[in-house]
Amino acid sequence: MSPHEPSSPASEPKTYARACPSRRAAYVAGLRDAVGSPALVLGASFIGFGSLIREFGLGLDVAFFSMLATWALPAQVATLEMFAVGAPLFSVFIAVALINFRFLPMTVSLLPILRQPGKPVWPLYIVAQFIAVSTWVLAMLRAPEMPPDQRLPYFCGATTAMLTAGFVGTTAGYVAAGAVAPQITHGLVFMNPCFFLLVLLVDLRQRARVAALLIGAAAGPALHALTPTWGLLIAGLGAGTIAFFGDRWWEKRRV
Amino acid sequence: MFEDAPATLLIMIVVGAAASYMWRAFGVVLSGRFDPDGPAIRWVGCVAYGILAALIARMVLLPVGSLASTPTAMRLVCVAVALAVFYLTRRNLLLGVVAGGGSLTLLSFLY
Repeated sequence: MSPHEPSSPASEPKTYARACPSRRAAYVAGLRDAVGSPALVLGASFIGFGSLIREFGLGLDVAFFSMLATWALPAQVATLEMFAVGAPLFSVFIAVALINFRFLPMTVSLLPILRQPGKPVWPLYIVAQFIAVSTWVLAMLRAPEMPPDQRLPYFCGATTAMLTAGFVGTTAGYVAAGAVAPQITHGLVFMNPCFFLLVLLVDLRQRARVAALLIGAAAGPALHALTPTWGLLIAGLGAGTIAFFGDRWWEKRRV
Repeated sequence: MFEDAPATLLIMIVVGAAASYMWRAFGVVLSGRFDPDGPAIRWVGCVAYGILAALIARMVLLPVGSLASTPTAMRLVCVAVALAVFYLTRRNLLLGVVAGGGSLTLLSFLY
């Protein structure tokens, strides 16, 4: 809602710009909105994941297990890479918890939109597993324009499209990595760091995060050379903390 | 299923999944009752950026696996290509990622 628009009184019957004829139609609308650019980007990024799994000599079963259990590509790749360098279990937990902390504010902001007053809450604990950046953006944008009972079907439709794209991409990357020239496999696996870098840049507005990115990129390889097992965690915690407090100090000094 | 998979990795995946799901579940519990823009959340946001940046830099400069056989300079050039295409196409994620991977394939064939 724009700040110039007067808020409508609660007694007035609400009209929804994107009301569908049924919950089924809302599910299809979610599917439709996700197919296209969002599903294409997601599918392409999972190609890299499938190739990486093949690279590490693992099977598609591990790839699918990791996908369904985590459903967050950066954390899935971080787990694989930390396993490959022999990182301790505890550091995997801390690193993934910090990488995926974003799900807390994302879920907190999306749930009031999806939740239907008077309906049981438990299905939302299942739905929450499939909140990811792509579907979150779609649902935050579109769901408020739909009647409350159609929002969950809409989100499930979008998630169906994303999961399908993820499975297709992973399988394609896995099959390709074993069948094509090693030069092509290099390119497929290399899509992983490129994807993460660009995803971080899409949403880079806060100065503190820019600083965290630069310090982390400089410290990451250096600390990995010193201690491959703990390097990632120390570099990330250090870079983020220095950036956060540096930004606050800078802000205070200017005032 | 999982006959050939190392047990350590499977345990790591389960632990990583738990570390992800706990935030989603907390989010359901807390929804509507806390300020998503507080300082603690912004600190964790910075740390998440730091960890991912450290991981990306490590994957590019000191890769594990067959990417290690490509020269470091080549990988850096390809990251630059990905960045250039991304910004020239008004931040098109798909084109940027494909350009990064595609240029590494192309350069690997050439050299």
